[in-house]
Amino acid sequence: MTTAAQHVVPPHLDANPLLSQWISVRADDTIEVRIGKVELGQGISTALAQVAADELDVPLHRIVMVPASTDRSPDQGLTAGSLSVFHTFAPLRLVCANVRGLYVTEAACRWGVDPAEVSVREGVLRAGEESVSYGELTVDLAVVADPAVATKGLDEAREVGRSVPRSDLPDKVTGKPVFVHDLRLPGQLFGRVLRPPSRGAVLVEPGTVPGFDVQVVRDGSFLGVVGAREAEVNAACDRLRATSTWEEHDTLPDEDRLEEFLRAGPHETASVLDERTAPAQGRVLRASYSRPFLAHASIAPSCGVAHWGPDGRLSVWSHSQGITNLRVAIAQALGLPQDRVVVQHVQGAGCYGHNAADDAAFDAVLLARAVPGRPVRVQWSRRDELSWGPFGSAMTADLSAVIDDTDRIRSWSHEVWSQGHTSRPGYAGSAGLLACAHLAEPVEMPAPVDPPLIRGGGTLRNAIPLYDVGARHIVGHRLLQTPIRSSSLRSLGSFLNVFAIESFMDELASFAGHDPLHYRLQHLDDPRAREVLQAAASASGWGSPLADGAGRGIGVARYKERYAYCAVVAEVEAVRSVRLLRLTVAVDVGRVLNPDGLRNQLEGGALQAASWTLKERVRFDKRRITSDDWESYPILRFSEMPEVSVIVLDRPSLPPVGAGEAAQGPTAGAIGNAVAGAVGARVRHLPITTEAVVSAIS
Amino acid sequence: MTFRLTVNGRDVTVDAEPGTPLLSVLREDLDLKGSRFGCGMGLCGACNVMVNGTVTPSCDTPMWSVDGAEVVTVEGLGSEAGLHPVQQAILDEQAAQCGYCISGIVVRAAALLSENPSPTEEDICAALDKNLCRCGSQRRIVRAVLRAVAPEGRQTARAPR
Repeated sequence: MTTAAQHVVPPHLDANPLLSQWISVRADDTIEVRIGKVELGQGISTALAQVAADELDVPLHRIVMVPASTDRSPDQGLTAGSLSVFHTFAPLRLVCANVRGLYVTEAACRWGVDPAEVSVREGVLRAGEESVSYGELTVDLAVVADPAVATKGLDEAREVGRSVPRSDLPDKVTGKPVFVHDLRLPGQLFGRVLRPPSRGAVLVEPGTVPGFDVQVVRDGSFLGVVGAREAEVNAACDRLRATSTWEEHDTLPDEDRLEEFLRAGPHETASVLDERTAPAQGRVLRASYSRPFLAHASIAPSCGVAHWGPDGRLSVWSHSQGITNLRVAIAQALGLPQDRVVVQHVQGAGCYGHNAADDAAFDAVLLARAVPGRPVRVQWSRRDELSWGPFGSAMTADLSAVIDDTDRIRSWSHEVWSQGHTSRPGYAGSAGLLACAHLAEPVEMPAPVDPPLIRGGGTLRNAIPLYDVGARHIVGHRLLQTPIRSSSLRSLGSFLNVFAIESFMDELASFAGHDPLHYRLQHLDDPRAREVLQAAASASGWGSPLADGAGRGIGVARYKERYAYCAVVAEVEAVRSVRLLRLTVAVDVGRVLNPDGLRNQLEGGALQAASWTLKERVRFDKRRITSDDWESYPILRFSEMPEVSVIVLDRPSLPPVGAGEAAQGPTAGAIGNAVAGAVGARVRHLPITTEAVVSAIS
Repeated sequence: MTFRLTVNGRDVTVDAEPGTPLLSVLREDLDLKGSRFGCGMGLCGACNVMVNGTVTPSCDTPMWSVDGAEVVTVEGLGSEAGLHPVQQAILDEQAAQCGYCISGIVVRAAALLSENPSPTEEDICAALDKNLCRCGSQRRIVRAVLRAVAPEGRQTARAPR
């Protein structure tokens, strides 16, 4: 075997080195591919099946992508951060190339020919008159992948680069039971948890549910109901709510003074860059921006299923983003050895970060513990989903810059305040599961933390502008007292940081009297960034005349400062109300595995970000989250959705990177700039509602 | 209490409390999991079914109100010949991401096309306005419904790519 010094073992293969961890060849010629990343509706299982099919030389329909499970899949950590393609492309290719090589060797050996004479096509190995299929050969795959094995060249790709339709959609449009919500195991019961009426509430006296054929489960202030019929369980839970007494306190900040709350501290402060020497000479501009708390607001409330088996094994089915973390956290919370817990991923509704999936799974674990041997399915209510799931943190940022006589930016400062962006299972040494805080022996949740900067950071994600702005000063403050639970929401701090940077670039351009696109290009050396900007601008008709009351704005960023480039042009109309008409997105993710899948991710990312930008805000009073249904937490509807088009700049020779979080910040910046262009006044504090625009004008 | 109804053309009898939501009966008693639970308040459309031809959120429709009714769910839309044109068009346009909302959208769009064989884009958006999608597939879904419109009824060009 060649040494690793010459051939680097790709990330995730070093921890899962055996081919058999990734691949099984079945006798019926199908190939089982196990990856540790999970399908969240982003199309990952289709895109990576394309990679496997090409490398193995088998037809795509013979690739079976197996849902991840802690007992049989390679451990690839979280499915998050737009890293699934990036983390899986290289190891999966190499593993498949190794498998193909071993099968070629086996066939050559069987036929007594040189392996170089064996070709593989459509899953069949051939040499001269001989032929055999993968499934007809037996090869031991419990061997370590050799990093020196050559993978296919670009010109050999048949499936990669093609818009293969998503393999999971036919079952979804016909209503098949594909979600964890649809799982029904033999003897399964239904459970529901009665969450406290407000944050920090303590159960004084549990209510009663006479006449209901259900079991009430209590552990401290954790209260739940288990029974055979879902409707009855839900009705009993309502009855329990009406009859239980709680001690409540004011714990939440003033929702109208969020910026003060975020700035008050105590904080942990991180200075990323401080290049200031002598103060730059010139004109100084300053502005502050903010966003409120945002909800994941997935269309399905979270759901989990758990089963305590007679052998003491705990089986859990969850739509978690991190089945390994969840397994460890459950074991930690209950004092179980990890090898007694198995977590299996089953699809849920769209996942946009750390939502309540893990919490719902743990609720199911706790309720199932009361009925050993019976699986219990727990589905959260809509109200619980919108009020008890983790939120994306509110944030605020102060930007300032100095521009010289030639209108060039000479120094730049970006200071941002936020709660942490991670409270995933296992964070800060805590299990991080909601119910833990309510048990008789409660485990309080530490303040959310931030991913390290090397992994993109949280509060400081994309706080460094991609422009050449002279001396930079970039500081982040993470709040250490956090009465509202926050965690990862798609793009983390990048959404606000890029909104702030891109708004501020427009403010500087306007102050200096330049076109915002040209002003950006004057400060931008990175050719890939320039290209996405120019592509989006050109496709959107940048510079062409607009109707009265209309505005056009642009935004650009490179996700985590090192992955996907994305530029967005927004066109709005602000006559009686603010209406987003059109989004033009240009993206560069390196090599494109599935062009339509990529467009779909960008369209979805941009439209969801448009909803955050224009509408969304978690509401609360002193005790409870009050935006707990679709009327109090409105999201963009069909009639409000803009046209969206995506221009893909393919870079076949560059490694593929993720696309799911590229569009959020640039979309917000573009919309803010378009509104400012339309009405001549800028809204710096999200969401940009019609009321906020009216208030900015006056 | 015993209720009789027709579900996807099949006569069924179910025992349920009068206040039990239709969705619960469809999913648990009849094992039709295609109608999804989204909010329980009739505000998101994930559980849409047709009740006597009218699109209805099944999550807050009590059983007492549908005794004797004819119910069509997403599972009842296709035929032996294949998918309903809306289902096929959604696949053709790859107009979904997670797909949790899509059953209710398919039902709503199919109902629209049966009432109005040549809807405009505005008609489609108006009809689907009570259906929520969080992944941002709305524009693709609108394109798909336009594609499902019979060619002679088609009015609007496709969105740019």
